[in-house]
Amino acid sequence: MKSDKKTRLRDIILIASLAVLGLVLLVVMRPSSESGSTAVVQVDGVVIARYPLSEDGIHVLNGGLNTIEIKDGKVRMMEAHCPNHECVHQGWISRGHQSIVCLPNKLVVTIEGDNSVVDFTL
Amino acid sequence: MQSRKISQIGVLTALAMVLSYVESLFPAFIAVPGIKIGLANIAVIFALYRLGFREALGISVVRVVLSSLLFGSVLSLSYSIAGALISLVVMYLLKRIRLFGIVAVSVAGGVSHNLGQIGMACLILQTGAIVYYVPVLILSGVASGVVIGLVSSTVLSRLGEEDADE
Repeated sequence: MKSDKKTRLRDIILIASLAVLGLVLLVVMRPSSESGSTAVVQVDGVVIARYPLSEDGIHVLNGGLNTIEIKDGKVRMMEAHCPNHECVHQGWISRGHQSIVCLPNKLVVTIEGDNSVVDFTL
Repeated sequence: MQSRKISQIGVLTALAMVLSYVESLFPAFIAVPGIKIGLANIAVIFALYRLGFREALGISVVRVVLSSLLFGSVLSLSYSIAGALISLVVMYLLKRIRLFGIVAVSVAGGVSHNLGQIGMACLILQTGAIVYYVPVLILSGVASGVVIGLVSSTVLSRLGEEDADE
């Protein structure tokens, strides 16, 4: 293995710049601090339902494949018929830019604020 | 020589399968889906450095197809293969320009793997809502890439032999 000093230095520069890029994007694209007002449910890119976060409730979606629960201004995936239940493990979301994804069922829950759908600027 | 190469490809494919399986045993303990260590990538990087691009490609594709069928689903196959292919091409090119060591190659592979997966997930879900995962996926790609790169580099130097010349 050639691991001369120059190679090692270039390695460190590449790795560090990727890490910095990640951190910068993390700050730029962080969830907005204000709580959203609406949970938007999309299946296959089509909005199938919107629920105000102010109204607590349990909603069965997507032909019974997914069930979301809204409580205290937050929303979570309560039940899902999918292999890994990663969407259920994601827990509660309440702020803009946050989302719950159920990839096997092609379902995405996002939070919309009062202002607009896309409100991050680079 | 040829039969030796074939048997090495077989062993590495089996090893990649085992590593995939071991990784699938870990529960989804992190809140963001898609974050993985990518243990199987050790076998792929080993193949890339020791055998060559085509051999690594073969191992990677067989590994992804088989492990998706065994432990995942047809849908998971689509985004796994997107990640695996992009990652392998990026690692190959980066290795080929001979400027970087294994750890940097592995990090670039980890990051591009995650970006490839989320790109495919965006296509499948027909939504841009998940682009907000990108920063986390870049960071997790860097972290897992460093770990996998260090392990691969140790394995390669312990099994000291000629590099694949490509």
